[in-house]
Amino acid sequence: MPLLTIRDALNQALREEIIRDENVFVMGEEVAEYDGAYKVTRGLWKEFGDKRVVDTPITELGFAAVGVGAAMAGLRPVIEFMTWNFSILAADQIINHAAKMLYMSGGQFKVPIVFRGPNGSAYQVSSQHSQALEAFYANFPGLKVVMPSTAADAKGLLKSAIRDDNPVLFLEQERMYGLKGEVPEDDDFTIPLGVADVKREGTDCTIVARSMTVPLAMQAAEKMKEEFDVSVEVIDPRTIKPLDIDTIVNSVKKTNRLVIAEESHYFASVGAEISHTVMEHAFDYLDAPVMRISTAEAPNPYAKNLEALALPDVDKIVAAVKDVCYL
Amino acid sequence: MARTATSTKKETASRNNNGNGAKKLPAKAETANGGQDFALVELAHTEYLKRRKSQIESIKKTDKKLLRAMLYQMVLGRRFEEKCAEVYRMGKIGGFCHLYIGQEAIGVGSMMALKPTDMVITSYRDHVQAMIKGITPEAVMAELYGKEGGCVKGKGGSMHMFSKELEFYGGHGIVGGQIGVGTGMAYAAKYKNSGQVTLCFFGEAAVNQGIFHESLNMAQLWKLPCIYICENNQYGMGTSQERAMSTRNIAKKAEAFEMANEFVDGMDVMAVREATLRAIERARKDGSPTLLEIRAYRFMGHSMSDPGNYRTRDEIKKYQERDPIVLFKDSLRESKVLGDKDFEKIEAEAVEAVERAVKFAEESSYPQESELFTDVYA
Repeated sequence: MPLLTIRDALNQALREEIIRDENVFVMGEEVAEYDGAYKVTRGLWKEFGDKRVVDTPITELGFAAVGVGAAMAGLRPVIEFMTWNFSILAADQIINHAAKMLYMSGGQFKVPIVFRGPNGSAYQVSSQHSQALEAFYANFPGLKVVMPSTAADAKGLLKSAIRDDNPVLFLEQERMYGLKGEVPEDDDFTIPLGVADVKREGTDCTIVARSMTVPLAMQAAEKMKEEFDVSVEVIDPRTIKPLDIDTIVNSVKKTNRLVIAEESHYFASVGAEISHTVMEHAFDYLDAPVMRISTAEAPNPYAKNLEALALPDVDKIVAAVKDVCYL
Repeated sequence: MARTATSTKKETASRNNNGNGAKKLPAKAETANGGQDFALVELAHTEYLKRRKSQIESIKKTDKKLLRAMLYQMVLGRRFEEKCAEVYRMGKIGGFCHLYIGQEAIGVGSMMALKPTDMVITSYRDHVQAMIKGITPEAVMAELYGKEGGCVKGKGGSMHMFSKELEFYGGHGIVGGQIGVGTGMAYAAKYKNSGQVTLCFFGEAAVNQGIFHESLNMAQLWKLPCIYICENNQYGMGTSQERAMSTRNIAKKAEAFEMANEFVDGMDVMAVREATLRAIERARKDGSPTLLEIRAYRFMGHSMSDPGNYRTRDEIKKYQERDPIVLFKDSLRESKVLGDKDFEKIEAEAVEAVERAVKFAEESSYPQESELFTDVYA
């Protein structure tokens, strides 16, 4: 299998879906002539032209709305937010319109749309450009929320998202665009939404991680093995909503210990949701309180040392695993 | 009091002469109705009388069946909404309920100029527009009752009537939100080269939302076949336009985007029809969008829970003298196209249709409890 960056895997998914379905088009700021702010759409405009790859004005609410209306009228838009921070301007269209259209039209109007872009922190871009918004959006019925952590997952999940008949929010991570992984060449390679992946098998402790914290959790697991001979299982739900809670619960029933590592803030996070659900389904199996590693309860700072302090890292995850293992 | 002398002076300075209250209006001191300033409605009527002759001519040239259907839809809309108010007070309808009374000429004049395949999207004041697009009074009333026979199975209520089959893209509850969605519908029509035109309705208060400006910019930039219809009923809930907008002239806002625009008397259904036909021609010919500001007046409160203490009875009465149904009947009578006997028959048909709708709604069942979780995801 060829080795691709997450960026190129996403690019392949877009390209293949544009070719596969004439109703698929990509729209957003700088996605066409500029080749994408983060080059995810590189080459697509040159290959497919103005109709399929559309530059917009800086008008997030407006082009999100155009996407929603176009999806209701039968197209399958892929709307890029340059970063998810800017999606907050479009939240009215995502939450009040896309999420509810099928329901309030009594099942008549589907909104097959993908909103995608980088989520979470980058490198020292300070408070307004470093937010992880999955918990915010996952709260609303009607939306699906996807967060890939590998190149293969990025491609397979994006293709599924584009083929899905619901509004799907596809949250990437800028720090991860350059990460490489093996990606199947098959044009019809997809990964179903709502299925978790066990990234590393283990017996002593479960780490549930997503997006940026998956590679961190993998390193933490390795470290725990080497330094403490603790066998850590790493689970990536890949889709936050719908959440594959069974895979997580089954793992906890085996390991009896759970650490959740995530990039969003601690309060009311997806980790809190997972923790609660595990308590509901596997209370008797837990040998230690669930630990959560999140971003600090402060807007993300600019200064390098403060940013590092705020974000999850390998050492913080290792410390949490040691805690739940009483080491 | 609705308008003051100060603001009247301000607005005269910035207006052009397009019938949109363009001439110098008398100040409060000059009015002869206890300080109420009715210059706007009086001017609208003066302009209307000037158009009258040509309007009669255009009525004579219009298909009689269509004219009858237009009047029927207006009367049906009126009787339907009156019935809504009645049953709302009886507790049959819950939640918000925004009535269209006084604005019938806008929906009828514009929507009945469309082809059935054209698309429509509107705000929460949607009962009458849903019926004009072809949703039955039964399905609309049952929806208001929250019954399974409703057009969206009791899930939307007053603000969310939809019909995919009839290209009715819904009533929407967030002020201005549907302006962007309508722009997207027009985008799809252009993408698919389907020849469809989109009518996108919103109130004048929605014009102050960012989405109005974002949408019109894209529609003109990309030449989308969208007709934006600002239904100016002069009040955003309890706030008059002049207390919320720095200019009276909404049509002119389109010029900021170099978009075609027109101001239309919303009490004159034929004027609405003709302006819409012009806009449709522009949209079909080269995909150009248009902004129509159609000024009417909301005879009832913003919703059924509106005490209406922000305007006077005199003001409402003054506007009711220009009731769009009365004006249309007068013109039809004068054109000798339809007469009082026809009107009586139309009246009876409308009343009967509304009664049928209520009966259907009463007899329809409440949704099954399992419906709570259907249609959340496709």
